Amino acid sequence: MIIAIPVEKDSKESLVSEHFGRSNYFLIYNTDAKEYRFVKNSAAKSSGGAGIKAAQIVVDENTEVLVSPQLGQNAADVIKEAKIKIYKAQVGTIKENLQALEEEKLNLLSEVHEGYHGN
Amino acid sequence: MGIKGKKIAVLSGKGGTGKTLVSVNLAALMSESNYVDCDIEEPNGYLFLKPKNIKTEKVTREVPLVNHDKCTGYKKCVEFCKFNALAYTSKLIVFENICHFCGGCMLVCPEGALSTKEREIGRIEIGKSSGVNTYTGFLKISEPSGTPIIEKLLDKVSTSPLTSIIDAPPGSACTTMDSIKNADYCILVAEPTVFGAHNLEMAYDLVELFEKPFGVVLNKTLDGENPSKDLCVEKDMKILLEIPFDEELGRLNSKGHILVNESKKYKEMFGILLHKITKEVGR
Repeated sequence: MIIAIPVEKDSKESLVSEHFGRSNYFLIYNTDAKEYRFVKNSAAKSSGGAGIKAAQIVVDENTEVLVSPQLGQNAADVIKEAKIKIYKAQVGTIKENLQALEEEKLNLLSEVHEGYHGN
Repeated sequence: MGIKGKKIAVLSGKGGTGKTLVSVNLAALMSESNYVDCDIEEPNGYLFLKPKNIKTEKVTREVPLVNHDKCTGYKKCVEFCKFNALAYTSKLIVFENICHFCGGCMLVCPEGALSTKEREIGRIEIGKSSGVNTYTGFLKISEPSGTPIIEKLLDKVSTSPLTSIIDAPPGSACTTMDSIKNADYCILVAEPTVFGAHNLEMAYDLVELFEKPFGVVLNKTLDGENPSKDLCVEKDMKILLEIPFDEELGRLNSKGHILVNESKKYKEMFGILLHKITKEVGR
């Protein structure tokens, strides 16, 4: 299974990002191979549509599970179309969230916000 | 040389400076004129002019239409789109409300899977208020760009023999540029604050860029310092009129009255402005 998490830094000790579309990196974790790597979020500096582009990055990594503190409507449209399961991240580190996911302590993300669209 | 058939654009770097105040009063002062409200996100000139016999026309723009049978997932369009309006999962998804319709996605698609369809983005309302023909644009909420509405509005008056007063959107973005690009003369309206001066400079840069003849109306002026006036002196901008900070004016305006119809004082004030503009345009 491939898990994606928006994270602040490209290190194992990093905190999970508060945002999805404008997080600095995505952790891509392959649970079968127990391998992980960090993908820079090229959407972070977009003037608009960051959530859509970030979702495309996550989709292109063949992600099956996304763990994110929140998700905008547009990003959610893409993620759901790709049939990726979305869990709500807890405030904390990558490790804490992966552990919580494994122990089935994370809830499915039910609320989607409208997005922070500016002009 | 008169002002007949000329396009006079009224603009400012920020909202709330008095663009509509100046625009509707100038339009009402002429026996016959066109008032064109290009401030399509918040049009409000009609609140003063109260036009009748309104005719409504829809405004659409093109957005991409995907032929899913032809799309094989090259994702060239997704990579190309600078607005991130496209995503590909198992099929191509178009976010019409983010698309600015540059048409690039259609050009880069190797399969020819993209064509166009029309999307309604707003409307224009055409009416009449005494001698003033009113043209008002309304952009639908959440639409990213209203330039097609402005183009349609200006198209309506492009060959009119009457003077057209164009109430431009605040700021200096695409919609403002579109509103002033065919103007014969520009009026910049500014407030007497540091922020007002900063925004006046933005409007000044814009009209300089477009090489438009222009003058400034200083609104809400008080005794004492006026950073916008200082800027006019510094940049050698022509001051057409100073409208003093005035409770009576504020009261009339907030009730939706047109000043020149209410009192001789204001009729004279805007008469001087119209006279100066007529002279400037005829130069």
